[in-house]
Formats: sequence, structure tokens, C-alpha cells
Amino acid sequence: MDFSSLVTAMPGLVSGMMLTLKLLVLAIVGGVALGTLLALARLSHNKLLSNLAGFYVNYFRSIPLLLVITWFYFVVPFIIGWLTGTNEPIGAFYSCLVAFMMFEAAYYCEIVRAGIQSISRGQVNAAYALGMTYSQTMRLVILPQAFRKMTPLLLQQSIILFQDTSLVYAVGLMDFLNSARSAGDIVGELHQFLLFAGLVYFIISFGASTLVKRLQKRLTV
Amino acid sequence: MIRFSSVNKWYGRDHHVLKNINLEVKQGEVVVVCGPSGSGKSTLIRTINQLEPINDGEINVGGVIVNNPKTDINKLRADVGFVFQHFNLYPHLSVLDNITLAPMQVKKMSREAAEQLAMELLERVGLANKKHAYPANLSGGQQQRVAIARGLAMQPKVMLFDEPTSALDPEMIGEVLAVMQQLAESGMTMMVVTHEMGFAREVADRVLFLAEGEILEDTTPEAFFTAPQTDRARQFLRQILSPMHG
Ligand SMILES: Nc1ncnc2c1ncn2[C@@H]1O[C@H](COP(=O)(O)OP(=O)(O)OP(=O)(O)O)[C@@H](O)[C@H]1O
Ligand SMILES: [Mg+2]
Repeated sequence: MDFSSLVTAMPGLVSGMMLTLKLLVLAIVGGVALGTLLALARLSHNKLLSNLAGFYVNYFRSIPLLLVITWFYFVVPFIIGWLTGTNEPIGAFYSCLVAFMMFEAAYYCEIVRAGIQSISRGQVNAAYALGMTYSQTMRLVILPQAFRKMTPLLLQQSIILFQDTSLVYAVGLMDFLNSARSAGDIVGELHQFLLFAGLVYFIISFGASTLVKRLQKRLTV
Repeated sequence: MIRFSSVNKWYGRDHHVLKNINLEVKQGEVVVVCGPSGSGKSTLIRTINQLEPINDGEINVGGVIVNNPKTDINKLRADVGFVFQHFNLYPHLSVLDNITLAPMQVKKMSREAAEQLAMELLERVGLANKKHAYPANLSGGQQQRVAIARGLAMQPKVMLFDEPTSALDPEMIGEVLAVMQQLAESGMTMMVVTHEMGFAREVADRVLFLAEGEILEDTTPEAFFTAPQTDRARQFLRQILSPMHG
């Protein structure tokens, strides 16, 4: 492998990686938040609410992510423009972010739901018996315990998300993989650059999932 | 303090768990509830703070009608302490935070005031030195004493106990009963589901005997143990007092 062209391309690759990580972190935060709300809705006694949330989850789990990304690329700018009344282009980054958040929320929802259900009913009763409201009980008693248990699963799902961020090439966003591909194209060393990108994805994902496994072991003992 | 008027409850369509319950507990009274498994003891005391809703009748706690939809149920619950068989301490919080959480959240007490109160209560249940411990590192008896302190921290008018010692190793039952006895002597109104007949004899003002959702006996401990009126109660007492029990 010729390292000199890699070194020259490094600034572009680094900024691609920054975009990937920024997208990842924001999508995790938004996805977990939305997924938690969906999980609470699914567990709600309100039939309408729980059916709506159930429909949302099943819908997003039944369509390809790539479709969501391209679809939101065209639809989200339109909706935001309509909501804010401006015609400012919002760009591929935000449409991708919304797509990932909404898509991943469906998966996070199922993890959070299982987490909440794993906390014994007695915890809810104990909080209610002291006069705490539903939202205080969830926020201070149930969710903190549920998230502690779910952390490994949420991280595992986030590692999958990390790999899936590469799908943004479909709307021309310069993430890490797309930066590597285009840099490789320019210098005519596409194979080397793709190999390098693969190595980076592997190291990050494998390293992270090893850490998750270790964490999981620590949480179960 | 607590009054049941013709209370009925069903689980589903045809499981009649509470049958026409009429009952009054006066301020400062200690009432022990006993009866065979499945007779509805837990259901009975859980209706008092609406952990279980009732279908019919009326429950009045300190002048507040519990099953009135207009009643602020969280406010009512804040005045009614409940101690569970399995303690149900919050495992992710320290002993001190377990006790201060509800006073700070529900009563909007300041942290200092809540912690001061918590320390007084821990002192009272003999666990002041465990304030920074987590529930997982306490014995069952210690957890239950913390749970009692947690309930008392809301300064309730009534304390309800659902088999507070039946999940404990025998050597820990005494320490929990001692705390409850001390509480009873301080004048707390208490309703206690328990099969600890020694406690019933020494501490209770009254014993209720429940079978198949009906109150079959409502009398003094003395009368209940020496002259039960019903066959069901005689049979129950034979079982519970025989050395084979447990
Ligand atoms: N949530 C519920 N749904 C349906 N049936 C229930 C429910 N909770 C309790 N039951 C039934 O109602 C009856 C009374 O239950 P309860 O728990 O009040 O009895 P108990 O006297 O406390 O018994 P134990 O001594 O075993 O604690 C039992 O037959 C029980 O199976
Ligand atoms: Mg019971």
C-alpha cells in the first residue's frame, strides 16, 4: 500500500470521520430519546397511543434504511421549509440525521421497552405508594434502572448504526467512507483506500463491541 | 381514620375477591389482618391507597374518599405509608436517597430538610451508619427497616404493612417487628397483614380474619386466639400455631 497518498488525503478523511461521528452521536441521542418516548407509548394503557407507537415501530422495521434516507432527503427539507415558512435549503446532513433518528428509534424502542418490562412491578408500586406521579416514577425510579440494564444492547445497536451511517453516500454526504472513496478515485488508488476504510471500520466496530462484551460481563456479575 | 363501607372488588368478571367489606380503623389503632393464602388480604390493604381500585362501595381515609375520581390520589398516597413484603427499595439509590426521594419530589422538601428527617428516621430504625450503603449490600431485615423509614419520611397518617416479615430469614424477623412495635407505641395508626401471631397478641388492638374475601372475625386478639367464632378461623389457627407450620 502506498502510504504517501493516504497521508495527503488524511485531512479529507479526518473531516469525513468527524461527520460520521457527529451524525452517529446526534442520531444515537435523538434515536434513544425518541425510542424511549415510543416505548412509553407502547406500554401505555391508552390503546390508541400504544397502537400508534406499535404501528410506527413495525413500519420502520419493515422498510430498508436506504429507502428512508433517500425519501427523507426529498421530504424533510420540504416539511421543514413548510413549517418555518422559509426556503432555506437544510441540506443532506440534517435530512440524514432525521432519517437515522426516526429509523433507529424503532429499534431503540424495542430495547427500551424490554428494559422497562424487566424492572419489577414492585418498583412502580413502591414509588406510587409514596405519592409519586407517573412521570416522576419513570424518570427517577424505572428508567435509571432500565437504562443500566440496557446499556450493552443500546451500545450494540449503536455499533450497527455506526456502520449504517455509510449509507449516506446515497445522498452525496461526505462521510468517512464516501471521503475515502472519492479520495481514492482522485489518485486512482480506489482499492487501497477502500481497504483502508474497511480496516478503520473494523477496528472501531470490533474494538467497541469487545468493550461492550466486557461491560456486559461486569453488569451481570 | 380508615372506613370501608360495603366495599366489593372483582378481578375480571367472576372472581369476587372482596365481598361486602365493612370496617373501621380508628386513629392510633393497630389492626392485624390474617387469613389463608388467597383470601384477599393483600388486595384489601392495597385498596386503601388505590394500588388496587375497587368496583363498588366507598373507602374513606382521614376524611378523603379514596375511590372518588376527583380525589388527588397522589396526595392521598403521600399520607398513607406502605411497606411491602419484598421491600421494593430502589436498588440504584443509596439508603439515604431511597428515603429522601419522595419527600423532595412529592412534598418539595429541601434536600437538607429531607436528609435531616431521613437521618432521624434511620436513627430510629437503628441504621444511621448505613446511610451511604446500597440496598444490595444490606440484609433483608435491614432493607425492610429502611423501607419502613422510607414510608415514615412522608410523615403519613397511616402505615400499611403487607406481610413485612414473611420474606425474611427467621433471625431477622425480630428486628423488624421491634421497629413496628415501637411505631405502634408512638401512636401510629397501622394495618398489618401478618401471620406473626406473637405480634398480633402483643401489639394489635384488633384482629381481622379474612377468608375468601369476607371478614369472618373482627375482634380483640384475646378473643380471637382463645375463642374464635368460626370454624374457618379455628382451622386456620390450628394450622398456623402448629409446630409443622412453615
Ligand atoms: N392482579 C390480579 N389479577 C387477578 N387475580 C388476582 C390478582 N391479584 C390477586 N388475585 C387473586 O385474588 C385472590 C386474592 O389475592 P390476594 O393477593 O389479595 O390474597 P392474599 O390473602 O394476600 O394471599 P397471600 O397470603 O398468598 O398473600 C387470589 O385468589 C389471587 O389469585
Ligand atoms: Mg398477600
